[in-house]
Amino acid sequence: MERYLVAIVVGIAAGFLDRLIMLRSDYRFYPTYPHGYLTHLALGFIAAGLGAVAIPAIAKPDYVAVTFLALAAQQFREIRSMERETLSKLEESKLIPRGPDYIEGIARVFEARNYLVILTAMASSAVAYWWRWEYAVIAALLCIVFSTKLMGGSYIGEIAQVEKGEIIFDGSILKVNDVIIMNVGLTETRKKIMREGMGIIIKPRDDNARLTLDAPGQRMAIIHDVVSILGSKVDVSETELRPLARKQADKGYLALFLVANEPDQEYFMEIVKRVPVIESTRGTALKSFFGRKAAD
Amino acid sequence: MNKGLKGGILAIVTMDKDKVTGGGCPVFLAVDQKEQEKLGLFLARILDGIVHDLENGVYFICRH
Repeated sequence: MERYLVAIVVGIAAGFLDRLIMLRSDYRFYPTYPHGYLTHLALGFIAAGLGAVAIPAIAKPDYVAVTFLALAAQQFREIRSMERETLSKLEESKLIPRGPDYIEGIARVFEARNYLVILTAMASSAVAYWWRWEYAVIAALLCIVFSTKLMGGSYIGEIAQVEKGEIIFDGSILKVNDVIIMNVGLTETRKKIMREGMGIIIKPRDDNARLTLDAPGQRMAIIHDVVSILGSKVDVSETELRPLARKQADKGYLALFLVANEPDQEYFMEIVKRVPVIESTRGTALKSFFGRKAAD
Repeated sequence: MNKGLKGGILAIVTMDKDKVTGGGCPVFLAVDQKEQEKLGLFLARILDGIVHDLENGVYFICRH
């Protein structure tokens, strides 16, 4: 087989495999539709193709072909707006919304994954072109491991401590430990909350984490993830049992309240620990000079 | 975006009409606590709101 053909085939295969591995449909319920899969796999294939032809094109040399990469980047920006649009549309009919920050995060990740696919395809096709295709397989595997590591991100469990909270009523005021959640008027609802409600306390480990948990977008993401697994007893026009996250303004920690379909405190805490930290809400106070000074 | 509790008062349910004055929203009078709870529940469901208790015998319904 021709040398450039091998390089292109290896590159495409590596890139496509990378995209397939990064396309996970997990408890965050996305993407759950076969069509969503197909769209992303098809785009991943195109990205892999673009990455794979770049090195043989340069080596030929055909520099004009490389400018296609710039064109491709434009194309993949579309993915972000496509995801954003879909998710924002779906948001309107959700009882517990994801929140715009979460959607933006997901959309950005989808875009970034395609760039990683291009990189993977390019690296493996380069190795296949200049050395041997056996080495390219190793390069591809390394790239795939690298991409999954890079897309990992951090989780709430890493930036904060999650503890069990006690649900208390102070007259009509619902509290989780010492954090005020809301005012509940009806006695029946109060009884139901006492029976079935669960509370947890999320204590940030440092100032960055505190700022992250302060952001309403991050709180919405936590609530959405929890509800998408444990369920909630909120219904259309019955919003009294809506899960809420409120902060202890003086001490900086967060209290989360939920009436779930599956009232399991243990898993509730585990799920919260595994909620991703949203990129756009991540606190960076400790990166600045004054932030560090003010923290101590 | 739903950041939490906000919105206007849709209705007031009270046992003591002297505790409520002014206008802007309908006021329902209840004879006892039981009726007040019931009225509160019904109004909340119909109006898509939540019942809040001011702890002075006045309930109000608010949409969030």
